[in-house]
Amino acid sequence: MLEVINVHKTFDAGTVNEKKALDGINLKIEEGEFVTVIGGNGAGKSTLLNAIAGVWPVDEGTITIDGIDVTGIPDYKRAAYIGRVFQDPRTGTASALGIDENLALAARRGHSRRLVWGISSKQRAAFKERVAELNLGLEDRITTKVGVLSGGQRQAITLLMATLQKPKLLLLDEHTAALDPKTAATVLDTTEKIVNRDHLTTLMITHNMHDAIVHGNRLIMMNNGDIILDIKGEDKKKLTVKDLLQEFEKASGEEFANDKAILS
Amino acid sequence: MGAIGEYLSSLSFVGLLSRLPAGVAQGLVWALMALGVYITFRILDIADLSVDGTFSTGGAVTAVLIVAGVPPIVAVLVAFVCGILAGMITGLLHTRLGIPAILAGILTQYALYSINLAIMGFKANTAISADKFNLIVSGRDVNVAIIVSVCFVAVIIALLYWFFGTERGMSIRSTGCNPQMSKAQGININLNKVVGLALSNGLVALSGCLFAQYSGYADVNSGRGAIVIGLAAVIIGEVLGDAILGKRMNFLFRMIFIAIGAIIYYMIYTIVLWLKMDPNMMKLFTAVIVAICLAVPYLKNARKSSFHRAGKNSAGGKKNA
Repeated sequence: MLEVINVHKTFDAGTVNEKKALDGINLKIEEGEFVTVIGGNGAGKSTLLNAIAGVWPVDEGTITIDGIDVTGIPDYKRAAYIGRVFQDPRTGTASALGIDENLALAARRGHSRRLVWGISSKQRAAFKERVAELNLGLEDRITTKVGVLSGGQRQAITLLMATLQKPKLLLLDEHTAALDPKTAATVLDTTEKIVNRDHLTTLMITHNMHDAIVHGNRLIMMNNGDIILDIKGEDKKKLTVKDLLQEFEKASGEEFANDKAILS
Repeated sequence: MGAIGEYLSSLSFVGLLSRLPAGVAQGLVWALMALGVYITFRILDIADLSVDGTFSTGGAVTAVLIVAGVPPIVAVLVAFVCGILAGMITGLLHTRLGIPAILAGILTQYALYSINLAIMGFKANTAISADKFNLIVSGRDVNVAIIVSVCFVAVIIALLYWFFGTERGMSIRSTGCNPQMSKAQGININLNKVVGLALSNGLVALSGCLFAQYSGYADVNSGRGAIVIGLAAVIIGEVLGDAILGKRMNFLFRMIFIAIGAIIYYMIYTIVLWLKMDPNMMKLFTAVIVAICLAVPYLKNARKSSFHRAGKNSAGGKKNA
């Protein structure tokens, strides 16, 4: 489904701030795989997701989604294939627009924006049903402006928007990191439910090693812009946080530099 | 005492009443401009300064066409299209060439001054007398002017309400509100910015077109400071609408109140003139009002959380002199 072949990306090349964020990374993800991504600070996790989403062009390499070479097309066009949820709950939704309007925008992802009325009453009813599945009671406030919702609610709506039309690839960039633990668990549950129900090919960055082990059917660990560990199937089920830390030290020769990941 | 008494007795209340309808008519003409400013300033979150130029462009194009014998209604359409083109240029300067939006607007406005003069054959103004031409609106007949411009404003508000409810219009609203989210939802935000700026400037040129007909002449300087008047109308309308409707204030009411805001602005202008104040002071007066209204939300917020307050609440340590 997704192929990342020898992708390089250096930020601020030729300056004192030069940062090699992706260093010839290779990754192949099969259809229906739910991959969790962990790694220390500055390992290149978000950069990898942004490269796949097309936030900026890569310096070198190829990215294909479902056999389509997307390396040369910008993010808003790649959005036809990709659903995204961001770390900051404010990023994924338009606060001045209603829940229904945000969903209507998502329903046209990958299609042209026509000069026809944006939401039909039939569509609004369908949105209500989908929102009801989130169990947040938002179905009765479907026209409420998203700006007045809590972070967890906004993140759940963003998740719904990302998956309203089945994306070929779902990218979750630490989408529970800004939430309190209880809300984070709820959003993660919802994520799991939707991903399993729709058999979505998913890449989820998390700072929480425990979450990375519990969720998904494959785990990759990144360091210095490359993948240093790739575990799937039965091996992944047997993993513990201690194993991961040991593996990290073995593979990278350094200690794991992300306190949040170890402590939580 | 004598001077003040003389001044007061020179003010005729009947005189004011007779002038107010003209204020309403002018306000309605400027309401179209205010709606254009609303599209960029509020919906797209861009302060677009090209409007000062496009307002004059609308007038210049109209005057020249009408003098050349073109039917005024055709002139209206051409003026609208010219505004759209000017807005597109600002949009392309901003999105294609990476020039900050505010600077892109200033550049367009600056260039339009020459273009507007060129349109009028390098004369600063062109007369279109209601005696000679069958104008759509004219200051000669204020009542008709009010009726016609109310129709224009109503039709434009209806069209804008429809447009911003369509898939495309909704995507323009989200572009202004959250560009990153919009891109993630597959929206071409650069295209939307150009469309929004074009539409906005089209309306501003339309306003300039009607204003030239109403005044009986087009002037290359007629658009000077138009952005501030547009902002004043938007702000007056929003403040009034929020006060009256509160939570029921929706998109449709907002536009209606912005039109009312433009009318109120011209009523104030009329009263200022009636009080025999120097109309040249009106720009200062307007700027102060707009500055205050824009500052209020910030100051409200700053009052809630300020270092000054935190320092006052703090009990510990030696005070830093």
